[in-house]
Amino acid sequence: MKRISLVVTLALAVGLSAQAASAQTLKTIKDRGMLSCGVSQGLPGFSTPDDKGNWTGLDVDICRAIAAAIFNDATKIKFVPLSAKDRFTALQSGEIDVLSRNTTWTLSRDTSLGANFTGVTYYDGQGFLVKKSLKVNSALELNSASVCVQTGTTTEQNLADYFKGNNMKYEVIAFATADETVKAYESGRCDVFTSDVSQLYAERLKVANPAEHVVLPEVISKEPLGPMVRHGDDQWFDIVKWTLYAMVGAEELGLTQKNVDEMAKSDKPEVKRAVGTDGNLGEQLGLTKDWMVRIVKAVGNYGESFERNVGSGSKLGIARGLNQLWSKGGIQYAPPIR
Amino acid sequence: MAIEPRKPPSQLLPRLQRALGGRAGWSGFVLQLLFVAALAWISYEIVANARANLQAQRITAGFGFLANNAGFDVSQSLIPYSGSDPYTRVFVVGLLNTLLVSVIGIFFATLIGFLVALGRLSPNWLLARISGGYVELIRNLPLLFQILFWYLAVLAALPNPRQSISVFDSFFLSNRGLVIPKPIGQAGFEPFVVAVLVAIVAAIALWRYARRQLFQSGTVIKVWPYALGMVIGLPLLSVLIFGVPVTFEVPVLRGFNFAGGSRLIPEFVALTLALSTYTAAFIAEIVRAGILSVHKGQMEAGSSLGLQRGSVLRLIVIPQAMRVILPPLTNQYLNLTKNSSLAVAIGYPDLVSVFAGTTLSQTGQAIEIIGITMGVYLLISLVTSAIMSFYGWRISRSMGG
Repeated sequence: MKRISLVVTLALAVGLSAQAASAQTLKTIKDRGMLSCGVSQGLPGFSTPDDKGNWTGLDVDICRAIAAAIFNDATKIKFVPLSAKDRFTALQSGEIDVLSRNTTWTLSRDTSLGANFTGVTYYDGQGFLVKKSLKVNSALELNSASVCVQTGTTTEQNLADYFKGNNMKYEVIAFATADETVKAYESGRCDVFTSDVSQLYAERLKVANPAEHVVLPEVISKEPLGPMVRHGDDQWFDIVKWTLYAMVGAEELGLTQKNVDEMAKSDKPEVKRAVGTDGNLGEQLGLTKDWMVRIVKAVGNYGESFERNVGSGSKLGIARGLNQLWSKGGIQYAPPIR
Repeated sequence: MAIEPRKPPSQLLPRLQRALGGRAGWSGFVLQLLFVAALAWISYEIVANARANLQAQRITAGFGFLANNAGFDVSQSLIPYSGSDPYTRVFVVGLLNTLLVSVIGIFFATLIGFLVALGRLSPNWLLARISGGYVELIRNLPLLFQILFWYLAVLAALPNPRQSISVFDSFFLSNRGLVIPKPIGQAGFEPFVVAVLVAIVAAIALWRYARRQLFQSGTVIKVWPYALGMVIGLPLLSVLIFGVPVTFEVPVLRGFNFAGGSRLIPEFVALTLALSTYTAAFIAEIVRAGILSVHKGQMEAGSSLGLQRGSVLRLIVIPQAMRVILPPLTNQYLNLTKNSSLAVAIGYPDLVSVFAGTTLSQTGQAIEIIGITMGVYLLISLVTSAIMSFYGWRISRSMGG
């Protein structure tokens, strides 16, 4: 299985050299009739398949929104599950059109990986999950602990910084996939499992006895998670970027999955611009005039998607917090859609 | 309806075969030239395309990234390493971990393999059946499954550090691995090592002398009491004169884990166990085939000289069998080394895990890193093959073949 992962990486590395340089991602997708979207291997709330193979989650909704904007059909997507370690190579090689896989935006990833982040779908931070029986109340009490972490993540580097900065010793055991990491933590190989806080809540649902585990209060890093596209195609970059802003903007305007058809008849100038009855904003992106209507119909606005996948409507039950709209005390903010 | 005359059979295929078969001739030369040109064109296309794509995505090609800080830690390292070291050091750490698990795995695989083969050929019914069962069971289960079995079913079932199994309060076995007292060199360390080395060299010299005496004049010299005396006596003398060579730092449970002492991490143990037992099953069959390939008469001749079964095997059968065993044995060694990359499944920090995994994902330099990693595995394999060929050459020379 792991050898296959090496083979995949290898094939992708070769693919990187074989694929023809292309700046026409949108055209390629239309010709193919399908959006290729890189997601996680199963992270509840963000991207996870159900027993029928339907993918759901906040990250999945971004891809569904893009597919809806292009095809007016949110099912024309091929989901490619990727480990943290293989995700960037898959994007670089053209295997996927967009990577929407709880990926932290950092400077080096934005530059040297040959890819661009298009925005922030979820403001997260790194935390620690421990067993209650250890009676640990703070991350600062974790000196000499064994820590399980998924390899190829910013988490791995933050961990090194945090323990070094606080003069604490630790032992790191890095696994290739989230499942292996959680399994090792559960078996007692590690005292601590560290990851983004949202992921800790999601993974806690998977362990045998969720109530026996607790997330420590410290959040040791900023983890803005967002979708990524390849360098070199500005139009595609714009489409993915504005798809997210369309969802956030729809929430600001009060467009919801239910009322979007009615709102399309609205007289308000800003709503008219958004739904395409005034101007041609969608066409400027290379899409259609009703692109935002399509998106909201398919996945709802940002708030709806959030509550359905990770918020009060889900098992995770995470509060909006930083991910609330700027006008309601959070920092989610869409530039003007005009 | 007239029947068309039958066309003569096409000459192209045989001619192509002749040309590629290396026969001299004008057409062969042209074909080979075309082949080389096509090869050159394909490689040029690959390189040019890669460069164009990398430029389009603004990825910096080259090996400059190796000097950057890694920024992540590794659970097992044979050399001092911290997150502020560059990627080159990560590479060395990973490579050493791969070599460590390979060398130790090869050692145990060979040992277990030979024992199982001899067991399977043994006249003892029970031993033969157990050995046969071992081979059939281990050989037919996927390796990754076995690694996960050792790691998740066996080692993870050990108690946590606070309830670890301890021996004399100095050796602790828990799900964090085996913690043992760590030797720390003292003033008497160097004389002690010298004494041990001198004793061993002297013992070997004595043994060779005795052997030559046996062959030349037929006198049997009893060597082992002298050898044993030297190997025990000399180091003991050194301790008496220069003081104790080492003291031991005993591990103590502090906080979550043991502080002090040396530790074998469970990932290493699981991987070594799985690799050596798995490869041993194949080696056992190779050795068995090698031994069976030696004519039965050799065994009977040995017995009729009055030699015991063990001596017949050691002195007559196995040296002849080695010529048959060696090439497939080399293959198994190479397989073991390459299979060690499955380490990634259980979080053992081998080359593929830390370099072709973490480093690749952090830097995005896929082509460079995969290239380096492939080169390293190729080099390890070639060196292993070379060593084995040299050994084979020595065997055939010593046997006059």
